[in-house]
Amino acid sequence: MLLAVLAVVLLPHATHLPAWISALAGCALLWRAGAVLRGWPLPGTTVRATLAVIGLAGVYASFGRISGQTAGVALLVVMTALKLTELRGIRDGLVLVLLMYFMLITHFLFSQEPWAAAFLLGCATLITAVAIRLQHPREGLPARASLRLATVMIAQALPLMLVMFLLFPRIPGPLWGLPSDAGGAIAGLADSMAPGDIERVVRSGAVAFRVSFDGTVPPPALRYWRGPVFATYDGHRWTPGLGVTGAAPALTEAGPAYEYQITLEPSHQRWLFALDLPDTENLPAGARLGADATLRSDHALDQRRLYRLRSYPRYRLQPQITPAQRNAFLQLPRATDPRARKLAEGWRAQNPDDAGVIAAALRYFRRNGFRYTLTPPPLDRQPIDDFLFRTHAGFCEHYAGSFTFLMRAAGIPARVVTGYLGGARNPVGGYLVVRASDAHAWSEVWLAGSGWLRVDPTAAVSPARIEDGIDAALPDAAGLSDYLDAGRNSAWLYRLQARWDWLNAQWNRWVLAYGPELQQRVMAWLGLAGWGGLILMLTAAVGLLLAALGLALLYGARPRRADDPLLNLWQRALRRLARLGLRPAPGEGPRDFLARAAAERPELERPLQRLGAAYLGARYLGTAGIDELQRALTLITARRGWPRGRRTAA
Amino acid sequence: MIPAAQTDTRIAADESRRWWSRRFEAWIQARTPRVPSPWVVARGRIYILPTRYGYAYAALLLVMLLGAMNYSNSMAFATTFLLTGLGLVGMHQTHANLINLRIAAAGAEPAFAGGRAQFRLRLDNPTARNRYSLHFSWRGDGENTGVDVPAQGNAAAALELPAARRGWLPAPRLTLATRFPLGLFRAWSWINLDQQALVYPQPAPPGRKPPQTAGSGGRLAHNRGGDEEFAGLRDYRPGDHLGSIHWKSLPKIPRPQVKQFSETQAQSLWLDWDELGGLDVEQRLAQLTRWVLEAEAAGVAYGLRLPDRHIPPAGGVAQRHRCLEALALFGI
Repeated sequence: MLLAVLAVVLLPHATHLPAWISALAGCALLWRAGAVLRGWPLPGTTVRATLAVIGLAGVYASFGRISGQTAGVALLVVMTALKLTELRGIRDGLVLVLLMYFMLITHFLFSQEPWAAAFLLGCATLITAVAIRLQHPREGLPARASLRLATVMIAQALPLMLVMFLLFPRIPGPLWGLPSDAGGAIAGLADSMAPGDIERVVRSGAVAFRVSFDGTVPPPALRYWRGPVFATYDGHRWTPGLGVTGAAPALTEAGPAYEYQITLEPSHQRWLFALDLPDTENLPAGARLGADATLRSDHALDQRRLYRLRSYPRYRLQPQITPAQRNAFLQLPRATDPRARKLAEGWRAQNPDDAGVIAAALRYFRRNGFRYTLTPPPLDRQPIDDFLFRTHAGFCEHYAGSFTFLMRAAGIPARVVTGYLGGARNPVGGYLVVRASDAHAWSEVWLAGSGWLRVDPTAAVSPARIEDGIDAALPDAAGLSDYLDAGRNSAWLYRLQARWDWLNAQWNRWVLAYGPELQQRVMAWLGLAGWGGLILMLTAAVGLLLAALGLALLYGARPRRADDPLLNLWQRALRRLARLGLRPAPGEGPRDFLARAAAERPELERPLQRLGAAYLGARYLGTAGIDELQRALTLITARRGWPRGRRTAA
Repeated sequence: MIPAAQTDTRIAADESRRWWSRRFEAWIQARTPRVPSPWVVARGRIYILPTRYGYAYAALLLVMLLGAMNYSNSMAFATTFLLTGLGLVGMHQTHANLINLRIAAAGAEPAFAGGRAQFRLRLDNPTARNRYSLHFSWRGDGENTGVDVPAQGNAAAALELPAARRGWLPAPRLTLATRFPLGLFRAWSWINLDQQALVYPQPAPPGRKPPQTAGSGGRLAHNRGGDEEFAGLRDYRPGDHLGSIHWKSLPKIPRPQVKQFSETQAQSLWLDWDELGGLDVEQRLAQLTRWVLEAEAAGVAYGLRLPDRHIPPAGGVAQRHRCLEALALFGI
């Protein structure tokens, strides 16, 4: 049983640990099973020590270290497997039980899907059953009995878990810093952009965040989710540059406001995506709006983050910039892409106003056979020239990058903005799901008097990308369809997926994102102020639950009559006879007692005989039923009056 | 000087420890008066403390909690809290494993001094809850293997105690303990059950010859030379040799009958206190004990003559017990 449970507990690790570790654990399990069933010899001390050293070396060879998240888990699995080879007494079993309990928690470093909760409960029950068997002397309790008790105990522990989960004070942030490989590998936007980067992000189908709007949902063309902004170009790669630091820019909002709540999946970055552009007031706690008007968290987002925002799609951002800022947004690397510069300078010469230059650039993209594709041909060492004059095929970062380059060459301050565009509406929950495949890049240009203005050159090439999403925009997206949740699949499958995503969303929002912030809300709802009240409440709730459990167990363990209707009827008959002055002597059985009673009271002989025949017949011989005993009992009651009368008469 | 001072402090610490353990013992004694059998384990008489394994489990939970806080991992929190809840549930379950059990003294097997007396206990479970892995122990003595008592059922347990001296050996305070179901906690109850075992004197080493061959005046009376004369039947009494039961009459007469021969009386052997002049009281008792055992093994009828008591000759287990009891309790 222990081996089977251990196998179940270890199994999910097989998906993210090297194959040799799974093989080693499997061999150890088999060896142990062979030892138990067939009496195979277990290895001696030398072999075990050698195996331990090999295991340690193997982990080091695979990961380059033995600490950190994945390597630590690998080491734990290896050592648990080796522990199997020296499993002897109850003590080793107990150690293994503790190891298995600990193993449970390591799974959640990799996956916290809703099914993980079921896995947790199932495994905890199994491990507890093993622990219960170990506490039973000699051979263990039957597997079924221990499993039943374990299930009952886990069920009793559940309310305690819920109370502690809700009320145990949560403090934000890591205590001592996370290993660099904490969490799973997540594809997301990076802190720089080069051609090909966003394609890689798009190829991951992972959910980036989910948004639920309080009122109306903005139309697709307005669903620009602002992320990292890049102001410096080195001829190949866009980086944040100087534009990031400094105070938040002046921002005037206009037009309708959208209020919404975002559940952001962990990205290990610091950007809090917001609908272009968020209100500078009412920012979530621990977040700041940078000089580039992008929202940043104070800490890396290593866990799910839930935040509320209000955004104004119509705004006026930073109508004034300093000359230093202006220079920063006009920066270009020396002597690259000469043809592109020449093209931009030509537009500048033709159009005295900036709007004309922008229009000319967009017209250029629209008219020269540019294609929007996820698989653009590679570019040479003058990437912008090569893209603009040779390949004519690119993804959003090609368009945004080259457009920004052209604007700067024409003397218009410009920058690249990355983020997400779009989001699919989930029919079950009514919220938008924004996936990594919605990653996008666009440009912002600064015009005197109007401030920063969003220009999306991709729209000039592929308007469908903005209106209908990436799936509609990419004719060659066959390989991508698996990642996209558009209704390309059959309708019921689509509904099923929507429902699952909704479940996931609720799970993420209420369970996984439960942290200091949500707890504050629970506290407010409970009318608690501060940690003192919280701890008091936690203690009281746990105490109450435990007291209830104690009482229930006491009630279950109260002394009580045997659950035996025959015996109960017989005892009723004895009570009636006792009222007639007939009591069995100590050690006197039913037959002897009734015979004596009949001798003492000849007038009761017949009913007593009948009672005796009925009880003995029902109990031992199987010749009478319980109803016969019932009838015999009524006979005694019916005669109750007159023996007494006779006695008084005598 | 310094070693002396150290010794002083060690003695002082020792003394204070002994003082505390005496106080503790006195407290326990006050809390556990001698009680008649059967005794029901009540709620107020159950004590519970974590085991070493329980502390290890708590340490594991602490590590898990710190990990969960560091990673801010909700499922890790859930796991930690589930296991914490499980531990607390385990505490209550361990407590409930003991409550309302009824313990009755079920007699004690007599022992010879220097041997081990066996006390029998009966556990009744008048509740609807199965009880598992109950351990009995004397104070400071190793636990027996666990006993299970099914709901509405009973179970027997036996516990040995070294018997040092002849006479009555009162059972010391009994501990009924359990770690079931998880082993994280140990719940126990002290029960000072009114129960005693008889301890026979330790037999003297074999070698000294029985009286009749010692030529000590023909205590073997009326030896008529072996022809057995049937003298009639009498009712069976406990302790009679099975061989003397008159089996043929069993179907006709409801009570078993025992054949009596006149020689049975005639061949009797008297084991006499006065034979053993020159020995002190305990040595005489030891020697008489040895002779009782030898006579019983040889299958002859024997009687015992003590200064204050005469046991007429007979044979069988009952006679053996009668004689050994008289020897055990001589002068007590």
